[in-house]
Amino acid sequence: MSKVLIIAEHLNGQLNTATARCVTCARALQPEAIDVLVLSDAPAAVAAQAAKLDGVSKVLNVARAENAHPLAAVLAPQIAAAARSGAYTHLLLPSTTFGKDVAPRAAALLGVGQVSDIMSVTGPHTFTRPIYAGNAIVTVETPSDALVVGTVRTASWPAMGEGANTAPVEALPVDAVLPTHTRFVGLQQASSERPDLQSAAKVVSGGRGVGSKENFEIIYKLADKLHAAAGASRAAVDAGYCPNDMQVGQTGKIIAPELYIAIGISGAIQHLTGIKDAGTIVAINKDGDAPIYEVADIGLVGDLFKLVPELEAAL
Amino acid sequence: MKILVAYKRVVDFNVRIQVKPDGSGVASEGVKLSPNPFDDIALEAALRLREQGIAEEVIIATIAPADAQPHLRNGLAMGANRAIHVVSAEPVQPLAAARALLKLVEKEQPGLVILGKQAIDDDCSQTGQMLAALWDRPQATFASKLEVADGKATVTREVDAGLETIEVDLPAVITTDLRLNEPRFIKLPDIMKAKAKPIETVELASLGVAHGGEISNTNYAPPAKRSRGVMVKDVAELVALLQQKGLA
Ligand SMILES: Cc1cc2nc3c(=O)[nH]c(=O)nc-3n(C[C@H](O)[C@H](O)[C@H](O)COP(=O)(O)OP(=O)(O)OC[C@H]3O[C@@H](n4cnc5c(N)ncnc54)[C@H](O)[C@@H]3O)c2cc1C
Repeated sequence: MSKVLIIAEHLNGQLNTATARCVTCARALQPEAIDVLVLSDAPAAVAAQAAKLDGVSKVLNVARAENAHPLAAVLAPQIAAAARSGAYTHLLLPSTTFGKDVAPRAAALLGVGQVSDIMSVTGPHTFTRPIYAGNAIVTVETPSDALVVGTVRTASWPAMGEGANTAPVEALPVDAVLPTHTRFVGLQQASSERPDLQSAAKVVSGGRGVGSKENFEIIYKLADKLHAAAGASRAAVDAGYCPNDMQVGQTGKIIAPELYIAIGISGAIQHLTGIKDAGTIVAINKDGDAPIYEVADIGLVGDLFKLVPELEAAL
Repeated sequence: MKILVAYKRVVDFNVRIQVKPDGSGVASEGVKLSPNPFDDIALEAALRLREQGIAEEVIIATIAPADAQPHLRNGLAMGANRAIHVVSAEPVQPLAAARALLKLVEKEQPGLVILGKQAIDDDCSQTGQMLAALWDRPQATFASKLEVADGKATVTREVDAGLETIEVDLPAVITTDLRLNEPRFIKLPDIMKAKAKPIETVELASLGVAHGGEISNTNYAPPAKRSRGVMVKDVAELVALLQQKGLA
């Protein structure tokens, strides 16, 4: 039987929904237990949120001042120690920048390879994952006698809900020497009142066609009308129209909203790989031959500066 | 200080990948190969540190089949001082790559190792982090800004929440994001000059790399396809369709 350890992702005392998606993936392994490990300077609030997720057996806390910020070099030795001491068969993290940073460091300490971006589980050691910007799906098999370390492609797994679960929360003593060679300096968060891009039900994205930072206001206005998150193509971010955390695609965020509206975005494969799992894709572009129309459920051809304000007014 | 840059050869980002009908892999015959875009950024970052007088030597390393010499010449033409070609007929996984790079690190003793944040073929995003773990040194992944002074690197990282800045003691491992820099173009005289630069060749097997923990790729399949939808003629039609789907 499998026994899964999930590393909680959190910021400012809030559990990231990516963790609940990892729980859904873990349940596909039909394990005997799913434990969640919270590494923090003050884990209580996050642990309480994790304990409510359906399917979670136990929440383990490691409270150390060094865990105030998620530094991979500091967290990985603690994760490796916890994975060893608890006789786990699987160690899962979300495929967010947090998980991508930490998981391979923990895997190497544990002497095993890693399965990145798990899309589906076909057995305790068999998974599928995307390669070549999602243009091929590979089935991978990990050694049957070794711990599986994986990151979970969050867009492939719905978030496990909060039910009546009240999993026990325990302190986990971890004996690990932590390095001081890596120090947190600061986090500049793009403050936004809009829904979070990675978990929003609706997303409105702008591309190079939007033309300037000032013009991006029309993207934000439409997003606000729909209570949607705002996203962007790489070209829009590179040109400085909007902050980096709005980038959708192979090297940005991989998302699966119910509605995705792409405005002035041509539809390069690197962008499309980020929206493949969206429910309905709407494209607005002045070029009727743009590749975005090959994947759009609803296409409208024309000048975005005319159509987007019109759409905003009509909703 | 020396800088070691991991410089992988991959299928060019403009190629539309085709999965072989028998599921044994992706079609590679006659497909254009290029340096991994993130590794070009890594090399550019290293060259700029050398130009600032912070580093003396930039070494590129690749793990690839014997026919990868033109790839290394490309990196030398861009400005690397020398190259190390770890010859492996078979592709290696990130853990094996990290173990091999560690052998080069132990020999060369670089102050910085810079890698791309992911290779656009397997999209794993693991090698830099694994190397940092095995080497027991700091890692600063997804870098969009890098400053090196007084034995330390200050790195701004592109994270989901925004921009995080960390400080790491050298030696350290850095992985690059797209916005760190724009790699320079190679000029014709540089290609001529690169011909005289040394490429050291070592067999992967001779490095004495540890084994274990390997993952096998058992089948390849094309992704589920999204089909072309409907075209609407105006905003009113679009709104009607969205309302019908309960999306507006
Ligand atoms: C290694 C690598 C990784 C990458 N990762 C990503 C990634 O994660 N995400 C990403 O998005 N890209 C990524 N890219 C870049 C990608 O290849 C494209 O360059 C990028 O997506 C293009 O952005 P765009 O569609 O906004 O711009 P363009 O391709 O320039 O398209 C602009 C579109 O706007 C339309 N337009 C212009 N004016 C108007 C108007 N007035 N009204 C209506 N339409 C108009 C045009 O017809 C055009 O179709 C990556 C590239 C590489 C090499």
